[in-house]
Amino acid sequence: MAEAHPVGFQYVVDAKNRGAKVIHIDPRFTRTSALAHTYVPVRAGADIAFLGGIVNYILSNEKDFREYVVAYTNASMIVSEDFRDTEDLSGLFSGYDPETNTYDQTSWAYEGQQGDRETQDQDEAAIDRETASGLEQESHGPPVPADVPRDPTLQHPRCVYQVLKRHYARYTPEVVEQVCGVPREKFLEVCEAWTANSGRERTTALVYSVGWTQHSVGVQYIRTGAIIQLLLGNMGRPGGGVMALRGHASIQGSTDIPTLFNLLPGYLPMPHVQTHETFRQWIDAIRHPEQQGFWANAEAYAVSLLKAYFGDAATAENNWGYDWLPRLTGDHGTYQQVLNMIDGKVKGYFLLGQNPAVGSAHGKAQRLGMANLDWLVVRDLYLIESATFWRDGPEVATGEIVPAECKTEVFFLPAASHAEKEGTFTQTQRMLQWREKAVEPPGDCRSELWFFYHLGRMLRERLADSTAPRDRPLLNLTWDYPLHGERGDEPSGEDVLKEINGYDVATGAPLPGFAALKADGSTACGCWIYSGVFKDGVNQAARRKPGRDQDYVAREWGWAWPADRRLLYNRASADPDGKPWSERKKYVWWDPDAGEWTGYDVPDFEKTKAPEYRPPDGATGVAAISGDDPFIMQGDGKGWLYAPSGLIDGPMPTHYEPVESTVRNPLYTQQANPTRKVYDRSDNLTNPSPPERHTEVYPYVFSTSRLTEHHTAGGMSRQLAYLSELQPEMFVEVSPELAAERDLEHLGWAHVVTARSAIEARVMVTDRLTPLRIDGRIVHQLWMPYHWGGEGLVTGDSANDLIGITLDPNVLIQESKVGTCDIRPGRRPTGPELISYVQDYRNRAGLLPQHHTPMLTKDSDDG
Amino acid sequence: MGSNSLYGPLDPAPDAGYTDAPPRMGFFTDTSVCIGCKACEVACKEWNLIPDDGFNLLGTSYDNTGGLTANSWRHVAFIEQPAANRGGGTVDALAAAATIAPPGRQPEFLGMPMSDLPGRTIDAPRSDFRWLMMSNVCKHCTHAACLDVCPTGSLFRTEFGTVVVQEDICNGCGYCIPACPYGVIDQRKDDGRAWKCTLCYDRIGDGLMPACATACPTQSIQYGELDELRSRARHRVEALQEQGVTEARLYGHDPDDGVGGDGAFFLLLDEPEVYGLPPDPVVTTRDLPAMWKRAGVAGLAMAAAVVVSFLGGRS
Repeated sequence: MAEAHPVGFQYVVDAKNRGAKVIHIDPRFTRTSALAHTYVPVRAGADIAFLGGIVNYILSNEKDFREYVVAYTNASMIVSEDFRDTEDLSGLFSGYDPETNTYDQTSWAYEGQQGDRETQDQDEAAIDRETASGLEQESHGPPVPADVPRDPTLQHPRCVYQVLKRHYARYTPEVVEQVCGVPREKFLEVCEAWTANSGRERTTALVYSVGWTQHSVGVQYIRTGAIIQLLLGNMGRPGGGVMALRGHASIQGSTDIPTLFNLLPGYLPMPHVQTHETFRQWIDAIRHPEQQGFWANAEAYAVSLLKAYFGDAATAENNWGYDWLPRLTGDHGTYQQVLNMIDGKVKGYFLLGQNPAVGSAHGKAQRLGMANLDWLVVRDLYLIESATFWRDGPEVATGEIVPAECKTEVFFLPAASHAEKEGTFTQTQRMLQWREKAVEPPGDCRSELWFFYHLGRMLRERLADSTAPRDRPLLNLTWDYPLHGERGDEPSGEDVLKEINGYDVATGAPLPGFAALKADGSTACGCWIYSGVFKDGVNQAARRKPGRDQDYVAREWGWAWPADRRLLYNRASADPDGKPWSERKKYVWWDPDAGEWTGYDVPDFEKTKAPEYRPPDGATGVAAISGDDPFIMQGDGKGWLYAPSGLIDGPMPTHYEPVESTVRNPLYTQQANPTRKVYDRSDNLTNPSPPERHTEVYPYVFSTSRLTEHHTAGGMSRQLAYLSELQPEMFVEVSPELAAERDLEHLGWAHVVTARSAIEARVMVTDRLTPLRIDGRIVHQLWMPYHWGGEGLVTGDSANDLIGITLDPNVLIQESKVGTCDIRPGRRPTGPELISYVQDYRNRAGLLPQHHTPMLTKDSDDG
Repeated sequence: MGSNSLYGPLDPAPDAGYTDAPPRMGFFTDTSVCIGCKACEVACKEWNLIPDDGFNLLGTSYDNTGGLTANSWRHVAFIEQPAANRGGGTVDALAAAATIAPPGRQPEFLGMPMSDLPGRTIDAPRSDFRWLMMSNVCKHCTHAACLDVCPTGSLFRTEFGTVVVQEDICNGCGYCIPACPYGVIDQRKDDGRAWKCTLCYDRIGDGLMPACATACPTQSIQYGELDELRSRARHRVEALQEQGVTEARLYGHDPDDGVGGDGAFFLLLDEPEVYGLPPDPVVTTRDLPAMWKRAGVAGLAMAAAVVVSFLGGRS
């Protein structure tokens, strides 16, 4: 956190000065470790084993916050008797189909839920993986009925609590030591600190940076953290939570109002051609008619979005223009697109503030894909590698791209920086903060808002006379933003924010919040969760009352979605009766005299729904949420220790080895995530992992991340002398032990090899990397920053060239934080020799072009 | 110039002739909360329009600045201290000898140069790896030798008690460079003039904080009235020691030290040498009065001898 988020880390330093204990768990000793009380080195890719060990510690020592767990989580729900755990099936859950590598999730359901038409079958699971539907469900949860059997004593052998306990029973401190390389004492120190600092009087925050998600089991990493936080009562309470530190300003904003292929604003799913043929199918798939919770109003959110898009053209008769929305036909994720480019299936590509030639996994695939387009538009601050790869990229040196023959026409358009345009940033707390324009952008630099407004305007002008049905969506868009600025051609960010907030169609008056949205076409709203950000016609995101002039919740600074709630699910900060769990952790509570919820924050609950409210039989939607169900967006109002559906790779996190590992899975026969998303192609080979043979060809584990001094792919830092001089060269960090083993000299050159490529770097020998003892043998880990490329004041090879494309099945994020490699002293070969050098490694590793790692690992493979 | 002006406790601004001088201002750099982000280095360069210092990978941990120079007025040092119990790696003979020395007998220092950097290994085995970070800067000494030796008056004492070079007066003679006991002030190669931290003289006069302190995210660099900073620092050391950080200590805070105390002082977590700081700095002009006196006496004696010889010759 100190490394990548130095400004945010000031609050950790503050907390430390006030007595908080700071624990840092990382494969490498970083600037964060330097200030932590305890640093725990861990093997990259073994996090579920580590956190699962903590779950086991909590359950076997009964350290959970029992009243919270019984009342607010699904611990007491009974799981179907058809369910089989990974303990019974050598690392698989029940329902696995080796043909499609997906699960039929029927057997994972709660008892009494089977036969429900809403449970997921395999075909749906396959579609869900293709379209990363886990993302859509992140905010509302898949369907479960409200009234399933429960055992509040938690004694039933098939209640979630007992299922969880059995699942993690083998994750003992000894196993953690064996799998993660963490000494027992250190591990127990973490367990004790975390549990001692949780409960009625105290809460613990779990903070991670988004590299944590970049694994083939990335979603399950976060799930394991969430299970611990639920067991310890750290969710929905001040000082608790699971905090994702985003890698860029407004990454939260870019999923809320998404730049993702499978989402529409406010986590409404992009319609799928098969499953969402009609408007009604689409709406019902979001709101699940029999379900509890706030998604029951999804039709109002969806209709208001379509009214914002299409204005008067959207009517009840044409289903509010639903048929003008594009449809998903499968996986359109960024990696599938790049492979499609290589295969000649994509004609054009827009890049805005993104540098995939350096910043995305498998750099060579990225560049070869972009070299096979008709046109490419790059909007950035400088001529980045993704704009110049055709001229002097690594493949020009190897002869794989010939500049004179590269058919891609590249348009470079200079972009305005964040100081040169107005708008909002949405940060990890879901808080929108308005920013003013400080200076006019120089020369031809323009904002993205300017670019897309005028691009849309010009396209619409060219198509004005078209009668082709395919042009209707574009021609029917509301595209009437007033222009301002010195040149008189800049749309106003505030006008867009007003549209996002929503307005009454008849009067144009801004809406006070999402509760005012209607399904009858009388309201328009660009993103329902942001509704209220322009309440009363005031830009709420621009509020800047200093923290010292208000209480610590600081509600008059910026605006947080939904409905300006600073802490999500904060009903959980009070006990089931509505009283604070403790005076010290008082946050939101029930005021019986006033008959309403009150506190320091906006209650994340219906204001006047009493704690003792119980839904009548057959209730659905919001009315079905009990007065003591804090997790109001979940289908059953509970925090989920066990996910009865919705996750493609299983209801509980399970330790699988990374796709590329030097270690045989010590816990199960199944080696790696059996449902991971793979692209088996000769240009995307995977290094062999046990029980496959030849793993000794790539004997070391590597990880990549950032340095404080640079920003991601370097477009904003390698052009600046004051930053470039602070970290001027690509380097690789190795332990003194690995340096001795491979004859590497401090500050000398070395090169790192995988099945994809070989890159060179200067050697940094440092004690900050520690060899780990895993399962009786030494595992060496090395580390590289990924900031360098061929352009800028300081240049170097890109670490992402080493990484292949294998994805998490739930959200299609790449496994880019752990892989295997070899490292050798000296510089890498150049020119065509580089290709034959990498090929020689592949030959020795038995990686023929048609090679693919089996998804399912069998006992016989160990032979 | 009073006899005390070159040594001993003193408030420098009134001593330099300011009447109604504002309180003396300075830096307290608390290295126990430094995260090595180098925002101070960048902010300093941005505000003071300093050229870059070259793109050189130095291999000294994450420090690629190397030290305080004419083009780097803040410098973040990174010190990696391995745990003593780690298997393999470098072996320090002194540390090893200390652990096998018979009880009751301390190892004797034989005056041999160490084979490793100071502080990399210690006598008592360290159970955990440590990574120390410190943002170094001009000390703005109470007795500033650079100022004492400057022949042009380019270096001067400000009303805030700080020491500033005036770039339009400096003639590049370079006398100040060997005069600094910390090796801070430096000549810029292409123009020959001397440059160093001004404690943002062009900001503090307008009530702004220096650029580095403004940019520091963890308040490792604190700017304020020196008296207040000294008392804050004392409390901080006490608090750290109570938390078990027994190695916490102050450096440059003492008006009785060899430079009369620093205007920019530090909280360190190890010996000063570990950070590349002199353990016992003395103002290089301390002995100037005595030297002048002795030179004067010698001159007088010589003159007397000459007179005597003439007188003697006459007789």
